[in-house]
Amino acid sequence: MNTRLVCRLLLPFLAASGVSACGRIEPWVKPYERDRLADPIMFLDGDPVSSAYIQHVYEAREGARGGEGAAGGGCGCN
Amino acid sequence: MRTLTPRLTLLAGCLLLTVNHGALAGVLPEDRTDILYHLYDGGGVEIDGPSLLMRKQVAKNVSLVGNYYIDMVSSASIDVITTASPYSEERKQYSLGMDYLHANTTMSLGFTNSTESDFDATTYNLSISQDMFGDLTTLTLSYALGDDVVGRSDDETFSRDNTRQHYGVGLTQILTRNLITTLNFETITDEGFLNNPYRSVRYADSGSPLGYSYEPELYPHTRTSNAVGLRARYYLPYRAALQGEYRFFTDTWDIESHTAAISYVHPMDDWTFTIKYRWHDQTGAHFFSDLFSRPEATNFRGRDKELSPLTSQTLKFAASYEFMSDGWRFIDKGSVNFSIDLLTVDYHEFRDLTADALVGEEPFYTLDADVVQLFFSFWY
Repeated sequence: MNTRLVCRLLLPFLAASGVSACGRIEPWVKPYERDRLADPIMFLDGDPVSSAYIQHVYEAREGARGGEGAAGGGCGCN
Repeated sequence: MRTLTPRLTLLAGCLLLTVNHGALAGVLPEDRTDILYHLYDGGGVEIDGPSLLMRKQVAKNVSLVGNYYIDMVSSASIDVITTASPYSEERKQYSLGMDYLHANTTMSLGFTNSTESDFDATTYNLSISQDMFGDLTTLTLSYALGDDVVGRSDDETFSRDNTRQHYGVGLTQILTRNLITTLNFETITDEGFLNNPYRSVRYADSGSPLGYSYEPELYPHTRTSNAVGLRARYYLPYRAALQGEYRFFTDTWDIESHTAAISYVHPMDDWTFTIKYRWHDQTGAHFFSDLFSRPEATNFRGRDKELSPLTSQTLKFAASYEFMSDGWRFIDKGSVNFSIDLLTVDYHEFRDLTADALVGEEPFYTLDADVVQLFFSFWY
């Protein structure tokens, strides 16, 4: 694997640790190449009022919580 | 407290602050208003009401957001009809939040309060997001503190506290011009009164005509959970999107779960259609039992069906229609959205006591519920 590929694979971990061992990293997806990612159909959470509601339904009906991009509290409800 | 939605508070507050903007890094969230009607109907429970979300940029670098939400509950659930009487109640919640953008950093603060007749919840939350590496990577750290006060509608002197802390780390990564992923890790700790003050567990009792009796449930006073979730969304060659999700969850009550989902988004002129399938499977809490052998059989005991081993499946259909695409007065565009989620939960240890069967041999309970959402959105 070349250095660029290694950096790409390690980037999330480097970002999380605040360490950059790869020097200056050039964005491999240029701003002018992000038109598809800017399309509303690509938004990970395009309707926050709706996703908050449905996430809560799951948290009320299942024993798990969290890990889906927003914090949540479990509840012991009927 | 007995509603479906007593702890939406923390969820709503945090979500207001962690709205993902897709690939639009380093910008404030869009100005928009959403007016939602929601309905949950299943298992003898009907909950409906409105939710209003408004977000507006008020200065070059500041955006404010507010949410007002109401649940109107009518409940005759399997728990209620076997141990209590049907009831109705209302819950109101409001949230306020602020986002401040400085260069590639977004700082957010929020406050949420929820009140109902026997439950009061307040949450404070904050988060910080940093865009890095040419805006290909967004790292988000979040913290929330929630304080609940649990009461009883039949006992004004009953009051118990619960404190919840949430720690979250999120990483959104653009991998290619067609693929975006996000990884979220969340730890939540609870300390205080965690069980429902109304719910009971049943135990075998040969002296009872039914063959069993009830006693109040008793939960541990602490709980810590960890969840890690991964989502990936891919842009298909003909302008459509495919998303896959997976989450692993584990906690100190011995609940362990796997959740997976796949969804497909297909735009067609001014319409956008979405179909989604979600699957969830979990083990039960170590203190859960459908039928204890005797009273006070264990130190902790619960019969909450959500703590039972279970498998749930959901099929979602959604349609959205965009109008005023060329703008009208101060509005840039609007949309009307409808969705229905068909939810089925199969409980593997929680039994249906309404069935005519020998004690401990009743069939396992199955829940079917429809979750309907209708909402209008306006961008300005």
